[in-house]
Amino acid sequence: MTDNIPPFDGRRWHDMGGDTAQAVPKDQHDFSLWEKRVDALMILCSAKGHFTVDGLRRVLEDMPPESFETMTYYERWIASIGQNLVEAGVLTPAEIGQRMSEIQTRGATYGDATRG
Amino acid sequence: MPHDHMSPSGHPFRADDDVPLSYWQAMEIAVRELLIEKGVTTAAEIASQIDAMDARSPANGAQVVARIWTDPAFRAAMLQDASAATAAMGFDIGPMKLIAVENTDTLHNVVVCTLCSCYPRNLLGLPPDWYKSRAYRSRTVREPRAVLAEFGVTLPDNTEVRVHDSTADMRYIVIPTRPAGTDGWSRDDLARLVTRDSMIGTGRAKSPEGLAGTDRPT
Repeated sequence: MTDNIPPFDGRRWHDMGGDTAQAVPKDQHDFSLWEKRVDALMILCSAKGHFTVDGLRRVLEDMPPESFETMTYYERWIASIGQNLVEAGVLTPAEIGQRMSEIQTRGATYGDATRG
Repeated sequence: MPHDHMSPSGHPFRADDDVPLSYWQAMEIAVRELLIEKGVTTAAEIASQIDAMDARSPANGAQVVARIWTDPAFRAAMLQDASAATAAMGFDIGPMKLIAVENTDTLHNVVVCTLCSCYPRNLLGLPPDWYKSRAYRSRTVREPRAVLAEFGVTLPDNTEVRVHDSTADMRYIVIPTRPAGTDGWSRDDLARLVTRDSMIGTGRAKSPEGLAGTDRPT
């Protein structure tokens, strides 16, 4: 069924400048340690030449539009960093998956599961 | 650790701190551990990067603006090549191009990143949540005066508004107008009038009356 798909207007979802939207939300949260670590990993991996900010952006922009509503900013970033590191041959999907499974048995919260 | 859901800065903690380990948090731990094990980075390097991130705040930008207000040669250098001028003050933006845009009595500049969240981190630290919101990204280029009014910046119709759309490689910093009644102020005192939002363009520098009485230079 294609009835509900709007015609493509030449822009992808992230290219949202000029759209209508609600009032600007002013809520602010303090960045969590895990979010700062994601940011640091991006800067370090790009500084060491494993991928570039353009690679980060490409994966973010290839995510479906719902990602912007269902994932937080740094959730999207770590997903993109993982994908870029796999493409660069630094990590494999199996390594990441196995380690995540092991991490999820370590404890109930981030503090319990993280080391260092 | 129990807490009252507010951080020392008065902002709510992100819900993620209070709920079970999330899928994406587990991925962060996994990627970080694997990168350390493979020798791509070290725990100390990551901690050092976070320290550097935490050390960058709008106080950096405020120093730059206060110097622009008091040092004509520096102002000229900033308008010529803001990347080089800020690097010389120790606020290196790296390979990115930084452009300083100056407000006047008849011109107001505001910065947005419609595509993502690009921001002059070397001068302002990490961007606020609203800067990354759909509403700000969408509307700032469509109806900037309405957006600015939501931030309390109402502009006369004859004030020109320029909206600057940042990219991954090119960032902007707004130079707010120097408040009246600050003749003879020291650079450090002036810097205390320069807010984060005044350097994004969604605010103005504080007036002398905006400082608490005890903070006001005499």
